[in-house]
Amino acid sequence: MAERKDIEIDFGRIEAQRTRLNLGPQHPSTHGVLRLEVELDGEIVTEVVPHIGYLHRCFEKYAENKTYPQVIPYIDRLDYITSMSNEIPYVLGIEKMMGIKVSEKVEAIRTILAELNRIASHQIAVATFGMDAGAFTPFLFFFRDRESILDIFEKLSGARLLYNYIRIGGLMNDLYPSFKNDVLDVINVIRKTNAEVMDLLIDNKIFIERTINIGVLPADVAISFGCSGPVLRGSGVPFDLRRDEPYLNYDKFDFEVCVGKGEMGTLGDSYDRNIVRYHEMEESCRIIEQALKILPDASEDVRSAMPKKVAPKGEIYAKAENPKGELGFYIVGDGKNKPARIKSRSACFVNLSALPAISQGSMIADLILILGSVDIVLGEVDR
Amino acid sequence: MESNIILQLFGDNIWSYLIIVAIPLVFVIIYALVAILGELKVASWVQDRLGPMRTGWKGVIQPIAEVVKLLQKEDITPKNVNKPLFNTAPFVMFVGSFAAFAVIPFSSKFIPADLNVGLFYVFAVSSFAVIGILMGGWSSNNKYSMLGGIRSAAQMISYEIPMALSILAIAALSQSLNMNTIIELQNGGFWNWNIFGGSGPWYKLLFLPFTLILFLIYFIGSLAETNRTPFDIPEGESEIVAGYHTEYSGMKFAMFFFAEYANMFVVSALVTIMFFGGWQSPFGDFLNDPIMQIVWFLLKSMFFVFVQIWLRWTLPRVRVDQLMYITWKVMLPFAFIAFLGIATWAMLKP
Repeated sequence: MAERKDIEIDFGRIEAQRTRLNLGPQHPSTHGVLRLEVELDGEIVTEVVPHIGYLHRCFEKYAENKTYPQVIPYIDRLDYITSMSNEIPYVLGIEKMMGIKVSEKVEAIRTILAELNRIASHQIAVATFGMDAGAFTPFLFFFRDRESILDIFEKLSGARLLYNYIRIGGLMNDLYPSFKNDVLDVINVIRKTNAEVMDLLIDNKIFIERTINIGVLPADVAISFGCSGPVLRGSGVPFDLRRDEPYLNYDKFDFEVCVGKGEMGTLGDSYDRNIVRYHEMEESCRIIEQALKILPDASEDVRSAMPKKVAPKGEIYAKAENPKGELGFYIVGDGKNKPARIKSRSACFVNLSALPAISQGSMIADLILILGSVDIVLGEVDR
Repeated sequence: MESNIILQLFGDNIWSYLIIVAIPLVFVIIYALVAILGELKVASWVQDRLGPMRTGWKGVIQPIAEVVKLLQKEDITPKNVNKPLFNTAPFVMFVGSFAAFAVIPFSSKFIPADLNVGLFYVFAVSSFAVIGILMGGWSSNNKYSMLGGIRSAAQMISYEIPMALSILAIAALSQSLNMNTIIELQNGGFWNWNIFGGSGPWYKLLFLPFTLILFLIYFIGSLAETNRTPFDIPEGESEIVAGYHTEYSGMKFAMFFFAEYANMFVVSALVTIMFFGGWQSPFGDFLNDPIMQIVWFLLKSMFFVFVQIWLRWTLPRVRVDQLMYITWKVMLPFAFIAFLGIATWAMLKP
C-alpha cells in the first residue's frame, strides 16, 4: 500500500479503467447457467454480482398442484446430481406428519443410497474443481467410476439420473439379488481411484499452489451467510446433520465429520473445501460398509408401510445433510391430497450467496476456482 | 554450401531453393497430422479410454477428418473487429513458427539455410508468434480475447530471458551459434552430448548439474512458449473461454492450431539440437549416415513432442502471477548460476 501511495503522490491519482466482464450464462466454467457480472481491474476482480434464474422452473408453485407422491419427481430435478438424496428430507417430513414408521431394512437401504449418491456428487465436485484448474484427466477418472454407481441406481430404479425411487413410506421396489456385491465392488474401485487422484491432482504442487489462500471464508462469515455442507465444514465448523440431528439410522454408525484444517494455507480456503469433499468420500464408504452389515437379509416387503392415501395435516420443516449442504423442505398440509405450500431451502443457493464476499480481490483465474470450490448446481439454486 | 544435398543434386538455382522451402512445409503438414493423432491417442492412453476408433483402422485418419471439417466450416468475421489485423493474425503466428524451420538441420546433409547465427535466428523468429497472438487478441474486440493476448505478451517477457540464458550457455560451450557446428561437436555417441557437457574428459561430469538445470529451464520455458499446459494461460479454457482465438473459426482457427503444433516441433527440435546431439546417432559412428540421421533426429524430437503432450494431460494450469514468480524468481537465478558453471567448464575444457 505504501508503494501505491508514493506513486500517487508523484504522478497524481492513478485511475485504472475498470472492465465489466460478463461471465456466463454460457461460459464453460460456471457449472450451468449462472451469469456472473464481474468488474475487473486488469486481472483483479473488484466486484462480482451473480445473476441467477436462468433455470427457474417454479418448483414451489408446481408442487401445490401435484399430489404428494407426484412431487417427488420434481424434487429429483432440483439438484439433478443428487436426486436420491434429495428425496429423503421430503419423504421423511411427510412420514413424520403422517406418523408412518418404516422398517429397518428400508432405513438401511435409504442410508446406503444416500451415501452412494454423496460419493457420486463429491466425485463430480472434485472432478470439475480439478478441471477448472486445468487438469482434465482426473475428471474422466471420476466419471468412469461414477458410472458404476449410476449402474446400481439404474438396476434399482430404471433411471440413471432422476430416480423417483424413495417413496413415502417405503421404496419403489426391493433390492436386486447381487446388490451387496455390486456396492462392495464399487467401494473398492472408488478407494483405488481416490488414491490415484490424490497422487495425480490433490497432492500436486501446482494444484496446491493454485487453490490455497484463495476464496478464504472465515467460520463466522460462513455461519452468518447460513452456509452448510462442505462449504461450512471447510471453514472448520464441525456441523453435520447426520451426527448432530441424526435422521434415518445415522446414529448407529461410526464416522467422522471431516473439517478443513487449513493445513496447506489459510483455514477456509478453496483447498480446504475441496479436501473436505475428498475425505467425505472415504467416510461415506465406511458408512456404507457398516450399513451393509446391518442390512437385514429377510425378504420383507419394502412397500408394506406405504399409505393408501397421502393427505397429511399440519406443517413441518424436514431437513437432511445432502452432499451440497442442508436441504430442507417446509411443508404445509391442509388435509387434502395436495400440499398447501412447499418451501425448499436449498444449500446451493445459500452457499452461492457467499461468493461475492469471498472472491473480491482475487484474480479472474481464482474466481473460477472459488466458484468450483463452492460446488453449486444451478438446478437447485434456481429451483 | 556443401551441407545441403539439394544444392549438390540440382545446382545453385531457383528451383533448388523452392524445393528446399517445400520440404519443411510438407514435413510440417505431415507432422501436424501425426501430432494431432498423437495428442488424441496419448490423451486417451492417459485417461483410460480408447480415443478415436471409427475413422480408419484404430482411428488413424481422424486428423484428416478434423482438418477437412475445419476447412468446410464457415469463416466467420465478427462485426466490430479490426479486419486487417484480425485476418492477418493467424498467418503472422504461423509464419513465426514456420520461419524457424529454415535453420533446423534434419541431417548433416540437409539444412534449409546454414546460417552462422542459427540459434539466435530461431530465438528471434519464434517470438514473432506472440505478435500474432497479440494481434488476434486485440483485434477480436472481445474481452476474453484481449485478456488472452495481454497474458501472452506478459508471459513472453517472462520466459524468454531464462531461455535466452540457456541458449547463451550452449553458445559458450560450443563457441558457435551455427546449428550444424553445435551438433558436430557432439559426435561420438551419447556420452558426448551437451547434456553430459559435450566431448571432454571424465571430469566434465562435475558440471552435469549445470547442464541438467539448463535443460530443464529451456524445456519449461519452451512449454510456456508453445502455450502448453501447465502454461496454457493465454488460452486457459476454463477462465477465458479460448483466450486469443475465441472469435476465430474455420481455416483461421486451423492456422492457429497448426502454428501451435509446428511450434511444439520447433522447440523439441531445439532441445534435441542443443542438448541431445541433434541428428547424431547415440552410438557414435554406428548407423550415422545422412539417412539414418534424419531418423535419429525425428525420433529424438518426437520424443519431446510426446513429453509435451503427456504433460498436458497430467498437470493443472498455473496462474499468471505464479508463472511470473517461477520465471523471474526461480528460473532466472538458476539460469545465471548454470550459465556461470557452463562458462567455467567451457574455459577449463582442453
